[in-house]
Amino acid sequence: MDKNYLNIIRSSKLAQFGILLIVFLLLYNLVPHNEGNYFWRLPSLLAFIPIKLNEIIYAALYEWFPLKVWDPIFEMYEEKAAFREFTKSISKGLLFLITFVRELLLGGDKIIDVFVSDAWLKDNDWMTWPALPWTAATVGAFLLGFQLGGIRLALLGGIGSLYVSIFGNWVPSIQTLSFVLITTPICFVLGLSFGIWGYLDRKVETALQPVLNVMQTMPQFAYLVPIIALFGLGDHAGSIATIVIATPPMIRNTILGLKRISPEVVEAGLMSGCTKTQLLFKVLIPTARRDILNGVNTVIMQCLAMVVIASFVGAKGLGLNLKIALNSLKIGKAAEAGFCIVLIAVILDRFTKAWANKQVDYFENLTFFQRYKLLIIFGTSILIFSIIAFIANGYFDKINYLYVIPIEKGFTFAHYIDAAVDWVWETFFYSLNSFNKFLLTEVLGPMKKAYLGMPVVATLTLTMGVAYIIGGIRTSLLVGGMMLFIAMSKYWDRALITMYMATFAVIMASLNGIIVGSIFAQTERGSKIILSVCDFFETFPSFVYLIPVIFLFNITDTSVLIAAIVYATVPATRYTVWGLNSVPLSLHEAGTMSGVSRIQRWTNIEIPLAFPTIMLGVNQTVVFTLQMVILGALIGTEDLGQLIFGALSRAQDGPGVAITLGLFVSLMAISVDVIVRKWAEERKKALGLA
Amino acid sequence: MSPTISCSSVYKIFGNNAQTLLSESGGNVDAKKFQEAGCIVGVNNASFDVNQGEMLVVMGLSGSGKSTLLRCISRLTDATSGKILIDGEDICLMNNKQLIELRREKMGMVFQNFALLPHKTVLENIAFPLQVKGVTTENSIHKALEMVELVGLKGRENYFPRELSGGQQQRVGIARSLAVEPDIWFLDEPFSALDPLIRKEMQDEFLRLQSVLNKTIMFVTHDFDEALRLADRIAIMKDGIIEQLDKPDNIVLNPATDYVRKFTEDVPREKVLKIESIMDATDPHASGEIAVKKDDIIETVAEKILNSKEIIKVVDGKNSVVGSINPSKVIKVLFGG
Repeated sequence: MDKNYLNIIRSSKLAQFGILLIVFLLLYNLVPHNEGNYFWRLPSLLAFIPIKLNEIIYAALYEWFPLKVWDPIFEMYEEKAAFREFTKSISKGLLFLITFVRELLLGGDKIIDVFVSDAWLKDNDWMTWPALPWTAATVGAFLLGFQLGGIRLALLGGIGSLYVSIFGNWVPSIQTLSFVLITTPICFVLGLSFGIWGYLDRKVETALQPVLNVMQTMPQFAYLVPIIALFGLGDHAGSIATIVIATPPMIRNTILGLKRISPEVVEAGLMSGCTKTQLLFKVLIPTARRDILNGVNTVIMQCLAMVVIASFVGAKGLGLNLKIALNSLKIGKAAEAGFCIVLIAVILDRFTKAWANKQVDYFENLTFFQRYKLLIIFGTSILIFSIIAFIANGYFDKINYLYVIPIEKGFTFAHYIDAAVDWVWETFFYSLNSFNKFLLTEVLGPMKKAYLGMPVVATLTLTMGVAYIIGGIRTSLLVGGMMLFIAMSKYWDRALITMYMATFAVIMASLNGIIVGSIFAQTERGSKIILSVCDFFETFPSFVYLIPVIFLFNITDTSVLIAAIVYATVPATRYTVWGLNSVPLSLHEAGTMSGVSRIQRWTNIEIPLAFPTIMLGVNQTVVFTLQMVILGALIGTEDLGQLIFGALSRAQDGPGVAITLGLFVSLMAISVDVIVRKWAEERKKALGLA
Repeated sequence: MSPTISCSSVYKIFGNNAQTLLSESGGNVDAKKFQEAGCIVGVNNASFDVNQGEMLVVMGLSGSGKSTLLRCISRLTDATSGKILIDGEDICLMNNKQLIELRREKMGMVFQNFALLPHKTVLENIAFPLQVKGVTTENSIHKALEMVELVGLKGRENYFPRELSGGQQQRVGIARSLAVEPDIWFLDEPFSALDPLIRKEMQDEFLRLQSVLNKTIMFVTHDFDEALRLADRIAIMKDGIIEQLDKPDNIVLNPATDYVRKFTEDVPREKVLKIESIMDATDPHASGEIAVKKDDIIETVAEKILNSKEIIKVVDGKNSVVGSINPSKVIKVLFGG
């Protein structure tokens, strides 16, 4: 071949992609589709992985490191595996803490039961902790808000808890709150400790990165089955699932925050004569406070996003109510529970932020009563409302509305929502249905067929080729290895279905996000508005997105895809706005002075410069999409998600299957992540933005 | 009296096998060779003393190793080899506990970008070194209030750093570094991040503070004019080597190397040189009434000398005649040639 051509190919990525595409198409068409042909489908050499995983889990639970444990019921020693005793004690501890907070607010005798004998408790039935009347709790939320952030937060707290109470969601809300109040601090402490460790020791950080990557990209469902196997069902299991999911962002934020501290600040601390401990707690952590608090915020949001999923392993509260309502197709009830979750999320979010920014006044010279004014008011109001509620016991014959308003008796707007849904359903049924049909037969069906008709050798060539062109040989081998791992399992076809759904949703969501983001990013006001809209949507638990689509499009791939697209448009939009806003003002001015039109400015200046950032948004879109596609299994799809979901009900081989499949999804996300990140990095360097 | 700070043959070399390379070279470090071996030379054989109450300004462009030298002496980084004595004790041999003790009692440092703790108010920032030392909140706040007054920030005690201008933030940095009443004061380009006008104001403020406090100071700057204005002695650094260490006027009059000359060329001499440097031996004709002091900067007395018809006496601090001055020499300084 002419040397010139070789040079062109070497220097032009476009030419390389062209050649790759041709090779891919050739392989696609020439490889015969028959079982037994290893170019078509690889043998499932790794099919043993889920089975082995199961064996390990059960061996750890029942066989390894046996301990002699005293059984008080049979009054004899029993052989039990150390690991199982360990998980059991974690479960018990967590359950105790959650119940403790719950009973503190809702009343009951379970905690007292821990400390006294059953018989004594039966004889003394007066011995139960009284419930906190919702009236007193509302006053408490108001005062706490006032103390933290003045009248605005006071109103938010007060009205929020008033709403929750009189709409009859007081009990499930407290159940959810107690879940969050215990889970968040655990995530915080774990995340902070690991974050600090990673910051202090580079090796630890390097080891943490891939683990965190997998943890954050694993579908939440995949954790549930192993957690049931290890910890059983209940609130504690939900809490553990949440800890696994919410701790990684806390670790990342901590490391990020600590790394961003200017070295001078560390030196200033050292020169002030700080010891290592003082440096850590008085200089490093407080200076990184903003990022660490962002982490806490993310943790709280994750906790609330997880409440529905946690209800699958036995967590009580709003999540369970929402799930039950969805299962029985009561969309109004589901929306009400969803609204309560969002409300609690917003209140906790604002309160923790205000608390973190509180400052000490050294010049205050207050008397005892002035200093503790609010606490005294709160104490008094508990006393007064409790007495009133107690006296009212005689007045109400069945339900004492001053303690709690049960859900059947509370106000509700569920039937309005139901009516609205019905109206939409009746009015648009035919058009929606025909749209659905068109999409399924003309777009999704053929696309799915094309993906499934792809010989494995073609898929591998394409992914590895793209990785090679963008990131070089190492990236290519990494991505290839991950894909090979999936291809050699017996789930490759399912994985292809997941890939097809993800591809479609990612493309649509990215387009939406880039267009919406570009439109709003034109003005500063627009940017602000769209970013707060993104914030708002991100407080929604992913579940909520499924509610409307099921009604509009039935149980089909369309519903799942639309939910995924809407859900994943949020990060795409956000990153587009960030990217466009980060284009230096001088370039805008240079463009204007060169006489570009608005469209020209967008295509020639803004988009090229913002593109690396936008691609990072697309990266997020992939993760979001995969999460939603897997979640879609709940309403019936036939990809990997369905199998993961199915594993929930199979106690024997469930854990291994769920972990393996979850890992596959995670590997897909990480493959994309590796390539996109590499590309964005190079591109930013080339543009001088890094 | 022994010097407060005493460095002898201090080297700082960054890189993995710095230690072995240094001992192989036998103290004769060639920056280029080291760079080929993957090491970067920060400080190359620095030896000097700083006396009690003296201000040594280390001047150099970026990458000259001036900040690295300062960090070796405060042991924010460990010197690769050499001796650094603080009041006769080798800081390189101190353990962590002794080091913390030393910093708590004897050292204060001001940073280029202020390095204030963003979550603490002005008052809390200033009280911070006292609080880590274990002083009670009440006492430390009391002391911090004194420092606030000293640096002229009264009324802003409860501001957060982000609410202050750059100059005000650096005042906080200065107050914090002085809160423990250190003997030794390190300043790392303290005014470089400020606007020119504010910088001038802060230099004046700094000179005022030093005239009251009389600390032993190491001051790092990249600004030669600033060095001339403030220093008792100046050390000029390039590529880790101290090119010249001398009094400002000597540096201007007798630059040791071509590199130093580049800085001194454009310096208006009359603003730096003292009468002392151009005076003659005692002239019997200098019998007039008019006298100038030998420490006067030429610019400040030039008019007086040139307007006089007599030969002018030069006196020292005790008013005894030590020499005389010829107007022609003043003219030479002022107009060159």
